[in-house]
Amino acid sequence: MIQYLQNNYEVVLTALQQHVWLALLPVLLGFAIALPVGYLAVRFTWLYHPLVNVCGVLYSIPSLALFVFLPVLLGTKVLSPINIVVALTIYTVALLARTVADGLRSVDPLITQAATAMGYRRFGRLINVELPVALPVILAGLRVATVANISLVSVGALIGVGGLGQLFTRGFQLFYLEPILVGIILSVLLAGIADLVIVLIQRAVTPWARFQRGGAA
Amino acid sequence: MNFSYLFDPEHWELGVPGGFPQLILSHLGYSALGLLLGVIIALPVGLYIGHTGRGSFLAINAGNAGRSLPTLGLLMLMVTLLGLGLLPVLIALTVLVVPPILTSTYAGMRAVDHGVVDAAKGMGMRPLQVLFRVEFPMALPVIMGGFRSAALQVIATATVAASVGLGGLGRLLIDGLAVNDYSRVLAGAVVVAVLAVALDLILALVQRWVVSPGLSGRRVRRATAAT
Repeated sequence: MIQYLQNNYEVVLTALQQHVWLALLPVLLGFAIALPVGYLAVRFTWLYHPLVNVCGVLYSIPSLALFVFLPVLLGTKVLSPINIVVALTIYTVALLARTVADGLRSVDPLITQAATAMGYRRFGRLINVELPVALPVILAGLRVATVANISLVSVGALIGVGGLGQLFTRGFQLFYLEPILVGIILSVLLAGIADLVIVLIQRAVTPWARFQRGGAA
Repeated sequence: MNFSYLFDPEHWELGVPGGFPQLILSHLGYSALGLLLGVIIALPVGLYIGHTGRGSFLAINAGNAGRSLPTLGLLMLMVTLLGLGLLPVLIALTVLVVPPILTSTYAGMRAVDHGVVDAAKGMGMRPLQVLFRVEFPMALPVIMGGFRSAALQVIATATVAASVGLGGLGRLLIDGLAVNDYSRVLAGAVVVAVLAVALDLILALVQRWVVSPGLSGRRVRRATAAT
């Protein structure tokens, strides 16, 4: 495997780079879309159940079908990475919109009432009180979405754009173990690192959670 | 892009190789086998870890690691190692469904009220009775939640079986793409999505049926309404 890495160092590096941005760009886009959508589902309670159902259906579309299908809808080229980014953004929104809504709904009404009594308007209360309190739930969802995206990108290799997935198809076509192993290991490592980064961010932005845990012990 | 392939009655005839009934059947077959193997592996382990509290570190981390494993890579690795056939697909799908079932079983068992478990022990139940008559039924809603998400994932992912020469609805996607027949690709995508949604509805009904009414509160509510 070391031999393979030495000989194909550039191929692997390009695949890895493509993999990183194909997986992470949708996470950012999806998060940005899911926040307002999830909030709307809490603000207008009748929206919640339709949202959960729509998200469930969106998530059940096979990634391969979506990758193949988006070019027809968007008018992009089949080999364009935009298809992968849009498809994974859809999955991210499907996962996160519900998590955001659940997180915001789980905020103790006493906290919201206290914030209102302290003079917070709706928007200020959302930004300064409800979102921070809901953050652990939302970030847990973000971890799942990020890890899922990183492993989904490789399916794109079946249509020619798939980051590390291209190592899988290459190895499969040549009946050659090394590229597949390298691809799997790098993909899992990437997911682990991304997961760890989110955990560290969560620790940094919710210092009170650590404090509470320390106090309880 | 149109629905001509999907609504062509010829493609719906029974027993036609490559027709919808045959593809749906093989697709459900792979999914069911994967789910079955996943349950056989993950449920006992999850119950054991949840019941004894031993090895919870394993349950949590196996879940995360499993989720990050790319199914396509694993599938192609297995094909390279074992050759073409059903076995590599089953291994890949089983690895896909073990994490959600394992973590949800563990989480469900951990969430069972300790007071209830103590009461069951106080009533003289043996450890196995506590496990199967108290803890398992009470953990069932969470376990079913994990099973349902595993089922959704496996239906959507079983399409990759076609990439290593097997059948299933992925054939429509791979073959349609190969000959630029988008109507066929669309048909494959629609049928898989409908299948997934239908299965989730059925599992929701199963869940209502298997979860004790004392937990879901259905019969209790009806009884109070009657009085």
